Amino acid sequence: MNKFILRLVFCVLSFLMCGVSFAQDNTGSADVMRSNGKIYVVVAVCLTILLGLFGYVFSIDRKISRLEKEK
Amino acid sequence: MRVENNPKLRTKNSKLSPIFAPSINFSFLKKNWWKILSLLLLIYTVVAGFLVAVPDLPIIHQSIRNLYFHVCMWFGMMILFIISFVYSIKYLRGFNLRNDIYAQNYAAVGTLFGMLGYVTGAIWANYTWLTDQNQSLGSVLKEPKLIGAAIALLIYGAYFVLRGSFTDIDKKARVSAVYNIFAFAMLFPSIWIIPRLVGSLHPGAPGSDSGNPALNAQNDLDAGMRMIFYPAVIGWTLLGVWIAGLKIRLQLIKDKTLLNE
Repeated sequence: MNKFILRLVFCVLSFLMCGVSFAQDNTGSADVMRSNGKIYVVVAVCLTILLGLFGYVFSIDRKISRLEKEK
Repeated sequence: MRVENNPKLRTKNSKLSPIFAPSINFSFLKKNWWKILSLLLLIYTVVAGFLVAVPDLPIIHQSIRNLYFHVCMWFGMMILFIISFVYSIKYLRGFNLRNDIYAQNYAAVGTLFGMLGYVTGAIWANYTWLTDQNQSLGSVLKEPKLIGAAIALLIYGAYFVLRGSFTDIDKKARVSAVYNIFAFAMLFPSIWIIPRLVGSLHPGAPGSDSGNPALNAQNDLDAGMRMIFYPAVIGWTLLGVWIAGLKIRLQLIKDKTLLNE
């Protein structure tokens, strides 16, 4: 279960990374991530941290639920 | 290789059922809807908090967006401390150790939120008070709001020192419950009353013509910001309650022999 979620999170993150690396290729063009002083980059970074933290807390939640069932 | 015929894969798949089965498991949602709500509210906070236009005021400029993060830490701290205070009273009414564990962990996460609020406030103050208003470091360190918040957090720090210094569990629970009530009472002079009485650089102090030491929600916030700020407070607080709940559940498992359950 846990491994599956980790794999899922990893997949989503690697898709995001793909987007970032493509964005780096077309330097100079006005894409979304570069508009408005690159504020969208900050949003992406903060969202990644937020999702990472929530994924981590969710996994701890699951582990504790499993411990509770064991007793 | 067919999945149905492979027992290893089948057991693996059946383990996946709680979320990924075709029929949605409603008991999972029933118990955990507020965790998902917290996630959604915080995603909204980050996206809207960075992208929605804010009024451009002198000195503070775009940094007003810290409202959705820094101020929410203090709101979350206050709510977690209130919960901790209630459980301390509940402990003293029935001497059920379970309530002591609740009080301890809500206070712990509340203190963490307070410390995060303090650090983020220090960063913010550095770029608004110190450099851009040319205040001296001395005048910033004299800030009643900062001193009051530091005192309040140190009092809660002493709560954990006190807890750690007992070997007898019942005595520890009883004395620290009484101390927790005192610590909660000390929040009021240190962060609510004194900053209202004296001038301060912090928004809302008497110098900035409103009686509220944190911010004046009626005059300082425009409607658009309020639409992000209040959901943000709820989202951060739910996250704090969730983390405290995890700590509590872990400790209940550890201490189950003490709780005689």
